[in-house]
Amino acid sequence: MYPSAAQLAEAVEGFLREELMPALEGRLQFQTLVAANVMAILTRELTDGPRAAADHQEALAVLGVADDEELVAAIRTGDMDGRMVELLAALRPSVEANLLIANPKHLA
Amino acid sequence: MPRVETEPLADVVAGALGSAVEIRDLLRLSGGASRQTWSFDAVHDGGVEELILRLAPQGAGDEVGATMLLEATLMREAARVGAPVPEVLAASGDREPLGASYIVMRRVAGETIARKILRDEQYAEIRRDLAAQCGEILGRLHQMDASALPPMADSYQLDGLRAVLDGSGVVSPMLELALRWLARNRPPLSRQTVVHGDFRNGNLVVGSDGVRAVLDWELAHVGDPMEDLGWLCTRAWRFGGSGPVGGFGDYDDLFAAYEKASGIEVDPDVVRWWELLGTVKWGVICVVQANRHLTGGQRSVELAAIGRRLAEQEYDVLNLLEELTA
Repeated sequence: MYPSAAQLAEAVEGFLREELMPALEGRLQFQTLVAANVMAILTRELTDGPRAAADHQEALAVLGVADDEELVAAIRTGDMDGRMVELLAALRPSVEANLLIANPKHLA
Repeated sequence: MPRVETEPLADVVAGALGSAVEIRDLLRLSGGASRQTWSFDAVHDGGVEELILRLAPQGAGDEVGATMLLEATLMREAARVGAPVPEVLAASGDREPLGASYIVMRRVAGETIARKILRDEQYAEIRRDLAAQCGEILGRLHQMDASALPPMADSYQLDGLRAVLDGSGVVSPMLELALRWLARNRPPLSRQTVVHGDFRNGNLVVGSDGVRAVLDWELAHVGDPMEDLGWLCTRAWRFGGSGPVGGFGDYDDLFAAYEKASGIEVDPDVVRWWELLGTVKWGVICVVQANRHLTGGQRSVELAAIGRRLAEQEYDVLNLLEELTA
């Protein structure tokens, strides 16, 4: 087997969490915990990131804009003022997908 | 590592207590970017005083001295209206004698770490009362004399948040949508009071008897009192707890106690407006923290990781906007 990028990131996470962390204390132990959590984000992004990006592109197409910059500009000028419900429904899948990558525990 | 000279500190404390003291166990507790906090004991003939030194960073400008003095004034005024605060023993806006402006106050025993307050068995009983206690404290705090504070130009804070976000390099449709909705649904400024500005888990010292002190008056300003209620309820400050008020309580308990103590009627929709604003503010803080690592020359995996917490704020914004526009 040839390890994927996600598998490499997961291997580093396991090392940080299971081997390095117990050997440290105080600030370095905390920073190592943060680093392990960051590696977990990487693993999830490498696995699920393309799907989240595709979801988001789909939402932008439905809303009739090319990218986030255009969407933000349309919101700011008031062009989207009557379309709040539609916007929230369209953006929910990618907002949730991003959250599942960044911190799945936060999903309520 | 910054240092504090014990001799001038002993002089400051001796002046406040009226007797010579010896400084012991001087220990740095935290190093916020804008304030350092040190713990120490002052030993004198009559006993031991447990104290805290809050110190501006070395080399800070004169305006920091002025805000430090203002902080001390506000804490004394809070004590006058019956809100729990550490007793201020001495304060100075000058660089001498400690090298930076300072406040010396009594140390209040208790817990500030949210996860312990929300989960440890020893706080189980008091947790049920915390929302009401916060309501009562805020109700008193909002009766403080506001004349010491300068008026705030940007009462709704939307312009400031927009400016920071625009300069950050982050493009977030969810935060943009929230800022747009907030601007179009501004609550009327029917009343302006002293607002603590950072009243939430982490700045509350909690003991077995409840909230013993409200810390960190650095962000106090004049504004809509509902800002303090909304910020306390912002999801990021619940630390995973289930109650909407600080993770420990319910809106009804907070509002009822607040109304009783202040005589100010709470409009839950206005609190929700400020809760949404608080969520946007949190999102902007995530971006600013990440930029300290990405572009600010302060390399830190912790700061970088906070940048990804923007996804949590965007998700919370989405849910709040759905509720508010339903």
